[in-house]
Amino acid sequence: MSTLSTEPRLPDPDGFYALVMEAHRGLDEAASRALDARLVLILANHIGDAEVLAEAIALARRAGEEEA
Amino acid sequence: MAARFAPPRYASPPPRHPGGEEAARLVVAGGGLVGLTVALDLARRGVDVVLLDEDDTVSTGSRAICFAKRTLEIYGRLGLGARFLEKGVTWNRGRVFHGEREAYAFDLLPEQGHEYPAFVNLQQYYAEAWLVEACAATGRVDLRWRHKVTGIENRPDGARLAVETPQGAYTLHAEWLLACDGARSFLRESLGLPFVGQVFRDRFLIADVVMQADFPTERWFWFDPPFHPGQSVLLHKQPDDVSRIDFQLGWEADPEAEKDPARVRARVAAMLGPKIPFELEWVSVYTFRCRRMERFRHGRTLFLGDAAHQVSPFGARGGNGGVQDADNLAWRLAAVLTGEAGEALLEGYEAERIPAADENILNSTRSTDFITPKNPAARAWREAVLQLARRHAFARPLVNSGRLSRPWSGQVAAPDAPVLREGQAEWLLRHIGHDGRFTLIAREATPPALPGVTALMLADTPRPGTLHDHSGLAAARLGLAPGEAALFRPDQILAGRAPAADRAALAALHAKALAR
Ligand SMILES: Cc1cc2nc3c(=O)[nH]c(=O)nc-3n(C[C@H](O)[C@H](O)[C@H](O)COP(=O)(O)OP(=O)(O)OC[C@H]3O[C@@H](n4cnc5c(N)ncnc54)[C@H](O)[C@@H]3O)c2cc1C
Repeated sequence: MSTLSTEPRLPDPDGFYALVMEAHRGLDEAASRALDARLVLILANHIGDAEVLAEAIALARRAGEEEA
Repeated sequence: MAARFAPPRYASPPPRHPGGEEAARLVVAGGGLVGLTVALDLARRGVDVVLLDEDDTVSTGSRAICFAKRTLEIYGRLGLGARFLEKGVTWNRGRVFHGEREAYAFDLLPEQGHEYPAFVNLQQYYAEAWLVEACAATGRVDLRWRHKVTGIENRPDGARLAVETPQGAYTLHAEWLLACDGARSFLRESLGLPFVGQVFRDRFLIADVVMQADFPTERWFWFDPPFHPGQSVLLHKQPDDVSRIDFQLGWEADPEAEKDPARVRARVAAMLGPKIPFELEWVSVYTFRCRRMERFRHGRTLFLGDAAHQVSPFGARGGNGGVQDADNLAWRLAAVLTGEAGEALLEGYEAERIPAADENILNSTRSTDFITPKNPAARAWREAVLQLARRHAFARPLVNSGRLSRPWSGQVAAPDAPVLREGQAEWLLRHIGHDGRFTLIAREATPPALPGVTALMLADTPRPGTLHDHSGLAAARLGLAPGEAALFRPDQILAGRAPAADRAALAALHAKALAR
């Protein structure tokens, strides 16, 4: 059974963050939302594991609720 | 131009005892697609059927047009398969457009070696008219047109029905009642049985358009096309130069105003362009629902088809699902009525058809959610999927313009395959259940004789009295090693597999399938 990894894994976190910010630059809200959706779809397909994805979705929801 | 369908008008028989009482062993209430199918199946099994319908003709408008392979196989068993193939439009290719462009095309890739294709398009009224003829030909179906059920009292020994006809009313006591009276089921409502689910806040204009255009026989689905911005459109070809066009209208649309022929003509003209002349045959505006009854059996009253469950049409699961209800119930009921099995056999109907209905509802709900995004996020995600689908195969399986009807995943229907019998080309499926019985097929072994079971031998080499599996497809699709046997129920559903020599195991499978 595969599980979602929540350990830090990105070799260059600042670099990754900058790449995403760069991709959003100059986009209006709708275009940004579209970009994020495409990005999630591409990554989800790359992961390809239903359980990991379900855990990731649950974690994302939880993290949002904890904040509220 | 092809000949057009002329709706038949069936004669309404006078009541046997106007104002009086009558009894019948089995009554089918509702002579739509499902009621007629179950009546025919029962009649072919030797059961006398009284069929009541409030109307005196077949379905108005095309309604169910996509008949799926499994449904065609059922009609094959009921002797109508050739008519569907002959008249229907066979298709297996679909295209999805997004905006101005084609997003992608798909093939339902029917593998070779099946008598029936993935889908045949045919107006529901043809299917019903043929079913009526076939019911009449059995001599066992008492077809009572314009006999409307106006009251029901459900009792342990059957249902007492109040029936009204143009020539007077009567009371009909049905020992068994099959409620096939459609989505607005009077019987369900009179018995106060809940029908729960959801309504999709959207409206669809459905038009049957007569035209001679060179559209290929494919299913075309548009998301946000230039001729109908912001909404979806579906185009499908039917026989007699009739095309079915579904326009998504949105929840705010006024259903009455949208039915105005001038308005519909303008929509169709915008789609087809100025050069294609057309005529409107039928127009209707729908809001779609997905819902079902909690139980399909209430004592000796059993619900089938739209009366028991309703789905949105994306995926063509309504009619196909209902025909599969009929297929599942008819042999059980016939076995109970002839004393071959006890009433416990009827429990399987709910055990199998309720999860099947849930599966149809799940699939058609997901399609409808994709087609009608409920919020800005859903819309953005759909756009993202459609954009990616143009160039990237990985996104295409996410595009949901309808997940087309498949048999329930909880069981295995007998596969088809080409075989030879005494050197003649034949289809495997024609030897399974076509005589109304259980069928035992053994590969390279003589199957044991079980009472009430037709035994067949599947041979790897030509041998008299066997089905010769010349291509090897039959054994592969049946999953049979030499010496193994598979038992199929009368509805062609797999009851189980066992070594052909193990008579006790096979007899046990048979007994279990009959709930003995
Ligand atoms: C626009 C549209 C498109 C569709 N497309 C497809 C498709 O492509 N493929 C598919 O499989 N399905 C499709 N469907 C669904 C399909 O049409 C239905 O699932 C199917 O008709 C259900 O059959 P039924 O016999 O249960 O009900 P119905 O066909 O509705 O028949 C009910 C019958 O009961 C009779 N009746 C009602 N009340 C009484 C009464 N009180 N007394 C006596 N008789 C009564 C009526 O006269 C009628 O004949 C579509 C539906 C719609 C609306």
